[in-house]
Amino acid sequence: MQLTNRSKVVSDKNMTAMEAAYLPAVIKGMAVTLKHFFMRPATTKYPEQTREFSEVYRGRHVLKRDEKGAERCTACGLCAVSCPAEAITMVAAERKKGEEGLYREEKYAAIYEINMLRCIFCGLCEEACPKQAIFLTKEIAPASYEREDFIWGKDRLVEGVEETKRIDITKRQDR
Amino acid sequence: MEMLFLLDKTVIAFVAFAITLLIATYSTYAERKVAAFMQDRVGPDRAGPFGILQPLADAGKFFFKEEIIPNTSDKFLFIIGPGISMLTALMTSVVIPWGGTLQIAGRDISLQVADLNIGVLYVFAVVSLGVYGIMIGGWASNNKYSLLGAVRASSQMISYELSMGLALIALIMMTGTLSLKEIVDQQHGMNWNVFYQPFGFLLFIICAFAECNRTPFDLPECEAELVGGYHTEYSSMKLGFYMFAEYINMFISSAFMASLYFGGYNFPFMDSLGLSQNAITIIGVFVFFLKIFFFIFVFMWIRWTIPRFRYDQLMKLGWQWMIPLALLNVFVTGLVILLTGN
Ligand code: SF4
Ligand code: SF4
Repeated sequence: MQLTNRSKVVSDKNMTAMEAAYLPAVIKGMAVTLKHFFMRPATTKYPEQTREFSEVYRGRHVLKRDEKGAERCTACGLCAVSCPAEAITMVAAERKKGEEGLYREEKYAAIYEINMLRCIFCGLCEEACPKQAIFLTKEIAPASYEREDFIWGKDRLVEGVEETKRIDITKRQDR
Repeated sequence: MEMLFLLDKTVIAFVAFAITLLIATYSTYAERKVAAFMQDRVGPDRAGPFGILQPLADAGKFFFKEEIIPNTSDKFLFIIGPGISMLTALMTSVVIPWGGTLQIAGRDISLQVADLNIGVLYVFAVVSLGVYGIMIGGWASNNKYSLLGAVRASSQMISYELSMGLALIALIMMTGTLSLKEIVDQQHGMNWNVFYQPFGFLLFIICAFAECNRTPFDLPECEAELVGGYHTEYSSMKLGFYMFAEYINMFISSAFMASLYFGGYNFPFMDSLGLSQNAITIIGVFVFFLKIFFFIFVFMWIRWTIPRFRYDQLMKLGWQWMIPLALLNVFVTGLVILLTGN
């Protein structure tokens, strides 16, 4: 199958005098590099500029809340089991009376941590979740000098209660 | 008078020294920028506007790197190696005529530190010494890669110095002098040697690439096979010295080429503009530096265009092509001089 029409047949025939002289080829090469010298760089200057991400980009995670603002996660551990990188750990707790507004199910995750250095952003956790509680987002887990900063707890994973702080993942759902 | 003369020369020597170092420093920056542009990248742009402070940051980094001297190395030679490289690289700048003569307070001040009547020979001698820095450093490291790099460097130097010398002989037969100043003065206006010796210039520039260990002849460093070549074991500012020496050599070679073949500080129409002697000299200095920068750019341009030779190809090119061609060039030049009586 021919993919491009730029392919060349390779042969080991002797070089012609022109090719053996080497200099014409050097000059040809220099013309190519000079052309590129004046071309626009393909660089994205990262912190100031960012590339546009696809709607279903697999970036850092979010733990969703339901419409009333209660956390959806029930600490079933299926995400942790499905995670090939073993990046997720959690400690479950039982919901007390009066906490119905906070947690949707009777069991919830008191501690839920993802190690972003282990995570390979495969998205298997979001596929495994029966409660549609965890999703990957378009955001990038930011760089840091300390390893501790890459262990994300609920403080950074759970989205805010207010309407404005919710993270939209509808695009991922109707895949 | 004698005191004043010494003062002039000292000042010129210091200025030349400072400019050499400054340009070598900024060559590292220019190299990275040129490489980046040729590869459609941006290059260093974080330290200061357009990354203009990058060389300072690099130097600072070199100073703060851990200094490692291998246990089994010959410590004295190990330390002195980069020093020799640097010293020989800097020594050549003495004979380069940076400009014509300035007239200040009734005195003529020649913008050249020393007008040796064997300037060309002097440069040659010092440049050949440069290989000792590499050789000693590579040998003292007590590492097989370093040693291989050093051996390659010395054999490469010897091979290419021959054809470089032969290319120059043709030029010297034409000019009839070994003094760089006189050679430059003979090329007054647009009467540049490159028009009479285009082939010699080609040979010379190829040999200059080999002498400076620049791509496509950077076999002594050859990251792909020799780790880092002769400076594999070096770290910290000693490594910095080796790299820096390479850039100084590049600068000096460019200056040398510009003055031997491209008229040095001469520029077209220098007489017909009706400028004073001083103005011409100052413009001349700028023109000279423009020429130098152009050659430095060519050095970089080539480096980021073509891959390096294989070692046997390098030797074959040196001995089977360059030397016979250089001899032929000498012969033809001699013939022409004989026939035209000039
Ligand atoms: S995206 Fe993949 S690797 Fe990351 S936490 Fe989820 S399952 Fe684990
Ligand atoms: S995020 Fe989903 S899969 Fe993971 S523990 Fe919570 S409910 Fe279970």
